[in-house]
Amino acid sequence: MVIQSKVLAKLGDNIATEMIAAAAFVTSSKPEDLGRIACKGIDPDFADKMKPVGVLVAGKNFGCSSSREWAPVALKAAGVRLIIAEFFARIFYRNAINLGLPIVECPGIFEKLEIGDDVEADLEKGLLRISKSGECLKISAMPKFLIRRLSLGGLIPELEKES
Amino acid sequence: MNITEKILARASGQKSVKPGDIVEARVDVALFHEKAGPGFFENFEKLGREIWDKNKVVVVADHAVPPSNIYSANCILETRNFVLRHRLPHFYLGKGICHQIMAEEGFVKPGLVIVGADSHTVTQGAFGAFATAVGSTEMAWILAKGSLWFRVPEAIRIKVEGSLSEMVFGKDIIVKIFGILGIDGATYKTLEFMGSTIDELSIDGRMTMCNMVVDAGAKNGIIGPDQRTCEYLQYRADAFGETVQSDSDADYARTIDLNVAQMEPQVACPHSMDNVKNVREIQDIKIDQAFIGTCTGGRLEDLRAASRLFRKHRVHPEVMLVITPASNKIYQRALDEGLIQTLIQAGAMVTNSNCGACGGGGMGVLGENEVCISTASRNTRGRMGHVSGQIYLASAATVAASAIKGKVTDPREMI
Repeated sequence: MVIQSKVLAKLGDNIATEMIAAAAFVTSSKPEDLGRIACKGIDPDFADKMKPVGVLVAGKNFGCSSSREWAPVALKAAGVRLIIAEFFARIFYRNAINLGLPIVECPGIFEKLEIGDDVEADLEKGLLRISKSGECLKISAMPKFLIRRLSLGGLIPELEKES
Repeated sequence: MNITEKILARASGQKSVKPGDIVEARVDVALFHEKAGPGFFENFEKLGREIWDKNKVVVVADHAVPPSNIYSANCILETRNFVLRHRLPHFYLGKGICHQIMAEEGFVKPGLVIVGADSHTVTQGAFGAFATAVGSTEMAWILAKGSLWFRVPEAIRIKVEGSLSEMVFGKDIIVKIFGILGIDGATYKTLEFMGSTIDELSIDGRMTMCNMVVDAGAKNGIIGPDQRTCEYLQYRADAFGETVQSDSDADYARTIDLNVAQMEPQVACPHSMDNVKNVREIQDIKIDQAFIGTCTGGRLEDLRAASRLFRKHRVHPEVMLVITPASNKIYQRALDEGLIQTLIQAGAMVTNSNCGACGGGGMGVLGENEVCISTASRNTRGRMGHVSGQIYLASAATVAASAIKGKVTDPREMI
């Protein structure tokens, strides 16, 4: 699975799901409604920034705290095609993959990417390429069966395919 | 192997496993509540599958019960309809918080694999089970298949020694540990607690400790079962066998030794669970709201600790104290012991048993710049309401003392 896209937003360390989809702003669980309020408490312009559809770069422990799936649903609906983080909190890691939102763990990446950078992530090869520098970084290995799940669009499409 | 590895090995039909292995473990109990359920109901129905074993599914409506808005009301209705459609025998509505119900109603046993669509499912590790959290969509997989993939985690062993001083509790121990580990210090790992302090710790205290591990990033928290565990669960000790304790030569990625003999009451300050201080260091911070409740700190031990202080004192006139017992059984015991009478007379608002104020859904939402001290497990920005709200996390005794003085207060000053 190869994803080519542009960095549209950058968020720091320990971004909790409570901030990605704040209970105060959630009035419905429809993806389009969640997308509108994605990260509203941290960055009021987030949804607008992600409209062209692109990459979100994050620091350490992205998606920590509550297991709510509103967080990856909101991000995906807002236009996030790929999240590249130093590392993810474990429940968010699973939830993002299950919902078909591609994620990449790449230690040291936060300093190397800026908004506007073009990147190419190859999940099978385990590599992330930064266009501006030509640098090729290793990403944390994702088990094959999870890459397959992502390429099918998530856990539900995978179960549907079984039937 | 350590206890977590043994449980995962047995659950995946293997002689032994090691950290990093990917296993497919059979699930013994699947848990979800009314806010997680609606996330997968529609998809599950579309798949047209049968639930693998109805007896192994526990459904508890607890997050916002009774509901304070239409969205929450619809969540309860959808959940109840799903339960009726599939004839699920274990459904609890308005009886208390799911993690407390799980323990009280006999769904937990040492050695089981318990998976819940709620982070604090990890609470059940207090009984020597492997208990972990997943999201809603993953629950659809579990209901269809009765098993789930896991990467076997590395483990951090935390040995706690020393007798706790008066007014110092399990909550103080785990908050102290957060200060050492940081909120990402246990990411993807097991936190295994042992030592003489843990041996002496009440089940309520053990549940509080295991409850919070998820917020240090852990996959699970666990305490080897003992006589105390047996008594609480009314479980036969001779059924344990050797398989649910860690081997003495088990491997750990990290070992932490903590002596709590001189430990003071601890507080996690805004806006992170690892922003930890001794209560004494932050006394005089004015508070608007105090909250005693949740799956972290709403048990009988917590209500008793708070009541003890309220026998001689009243809630400060400028403070709103909300008390939400973790289950109806706890609420009833507290009534029998006269604790509720004491609390109400002192000026507390005692609500029905549910998650309440913890997640900002109702029964104690924080307004602009409001300051709250709470027995809950999370103080992330926006957790309880307005993003400018400030949440201090502490034991029930510390929360009670603070509610009396109107500012963060060391409970030892009140005795």
